[in-house]
Amino acid sequence: MTVGELQAYGYFILTALLVFLLYGYIFHLYRSQKTGKRDYEKYGRIALDDDITSEPVEPHTKKEKKGEA
Amino acid sequence: MENRLEYDYSVAKLFMWSTLLFGIVGMLIGVTIAFQMAFPSWNNWLGEYLTFSRLRPLHTSGVIFGFTFSGIFATWYYVGQRVLKVSLKESPFMMGLAKFHFWTYAVLMTVAVVTLWMGVSTSKEYAELEWPIDLLIVVMWVSWGLSIFGLIGMRREQSLYISVWYYIASFLGIAMLFVFNNMEVPTYFVSGAGAWYHSVSMYAGTNDALVQWWYGHNAVAFGFTVPIVAMIYYFLPKESGQAVYSYKLSLLSFWGLMFVYLWAGGHHLIYSTVPDWMQTMGSVFSVVLILPSWGSAINMLLTMKGEWQQVAANPLIKFMVLASTFYMFSTLEGPIQAIKSVNALAHFTDWIPGHVHDGTLGWVGFMIIAAMFHMVPRMYGKELYSKKLMESQFWIQTIGVVLYFSSMWIAGITQGMMWRATDEFGSLTYSFIDTVTNLFPYYLIRAIGGTLYLTGFLMAVWNIYKTVTSSKAVAESSMQNTTPMGA
Repeated sequence: MTVGELQAYGYFILTALLVFLLYGYIFHLYRSQKTGKRDYEKYGRIALDDDITSEPVEPHTKKEKKGEA
Repeated sequence: MENRLEYDYSVAKLFMWSTLLFGIVGMLIGVTIAFQMAFPSWNNWLGEYLTFSRLRPLHTSGVIFGFTFSGIFATWYYVGQRVLKVSLKESPFMMGLAKFHFWTYAVLMTVAVVTLWMGVSTSKEYAELEWPIDLLIVVMWVSWGLSIFGLIGMRREQSLYISVWYYIASFLGIAMLFVFNNMEVPTYFVSGAGAWYHSVSMYAGTNDALVQWWYGHNAVAFGFTVPIVAMIYYFLPKESGQAVYSYKLSLLSFWGLMFVYLWAGGHHLIYSTVPDWMQTMGSVFSVVLILPSWGSAINMLLTMKGEWQQVAANPLIKFMVLASTFYMFSTLEGPIQAIKSVNALAHFTDWIPGHVHDGTLGWVGFMIIAAMFHMVPRMYGKELYSKKLMESQFWIQTIGVVLYFSSMWIAGITQGMMWRATDEFGSLTYSFIDTVTNLFPYYLIRAIGGTLYLTGFLMAVWNIYKTVTSSKAVAESSMQNTTPMGA
């Protein structure tokens, strides 16, 4: 096998892997939303409720422990 | 104490003023060199200091590293605090770091302007600054990174809003690109040749070209795209009162853009001495790049779903919707130019600066202007001085952009066709000067388009100046969404 052929196989495998990862990520996002594991859409509120006194969409735990949130 | 906590905009304000200053200077130089293209005798007015070759790096550095990066930093110190729900006032260290960031930036940009005007240059496009200034850039950049991650460490909001991801990507991307492209050998210290500040690239020939365009194209990615997307993901939802249409799509587009962009730089070197497969890869990834780019842009347009009346009512929304549209336009045009057969015609012609400017003027410029208009009233507790002035500015600048890119389309394609034309014996039909004389009207139209854009920008600066100095006071707490503006 020549170096060129090796490169070609490597390139194909890498591309296939990345396509798999991309579609896997889409699947993961939608399944998490559907099963209620994580509501991604609520994070859109972070830009809207952004006063320093606004209730965080998801409070940062460290701050909460310190009682600062 | 906690109840009285508020965001601190002092550094955001400083960067906002430098955005405006560099905008004026950078665009003024741009208009000057556009006229020089039409009237070459203008080159001779001030000896070496007004030649195109001296002014061109000043224009690009002024608008990229001056105007755009000041805008990025200004919006970071505004948006970063707000979406992380943390104030710079809470940490004297972070406050000091932010100020250090600004002043290092101010010093290095001053040195950059002076040295470039004096003709001190590495001659690498968009990386002209010599090594001592590069070291200063590293200090400035690291201080920005520390400020990003420091604020993140202090945050009250657990999840990082999508804009923060884009700012982080901009920081990391540019850091990597900058370091590798600016690997330079200081000639004086290595061989005793040249001035102490002089250097040559560590790479030679084709390798240098490859690294240069990997850098050059991704500087567009992480300077003109990623941080501007960060801005629109915050400012459009905030100004319109509509949450981003699909947060999931924003995440997907983010990772898509991160992966695809880095491979597309090879399209700058089509039909050059770099390996053929790299050229093909550059073309293919450029076309694939349409997907994540349009993913973000369509997400923005869909955010306005059911709220399109705001485009007519609010000039800030107008600027942002048009910015998003120009982003789509530019990210379709780029891949078309990256196709090998199209590139054979387009490369080295005026179509390329045409493409760059519909992206920078229409997308980057409009988005930064809209961000400034949104931030100024909130930072200074004033309503925007004049809505009418903004409306007029919008149309003057839009006409300017259209004149710019349409003239450069015609000029570029004319040029490309003339360069390729042969007679029945296979000899070239035209000499180079034939193309130059043919293109005069288009160069003139481009310069007029640029002048209109600059005029609009000056109107924005005046509007902001009047807002700060003489507008009606409005409490920040009452400015939830639509920015208040005087007639």
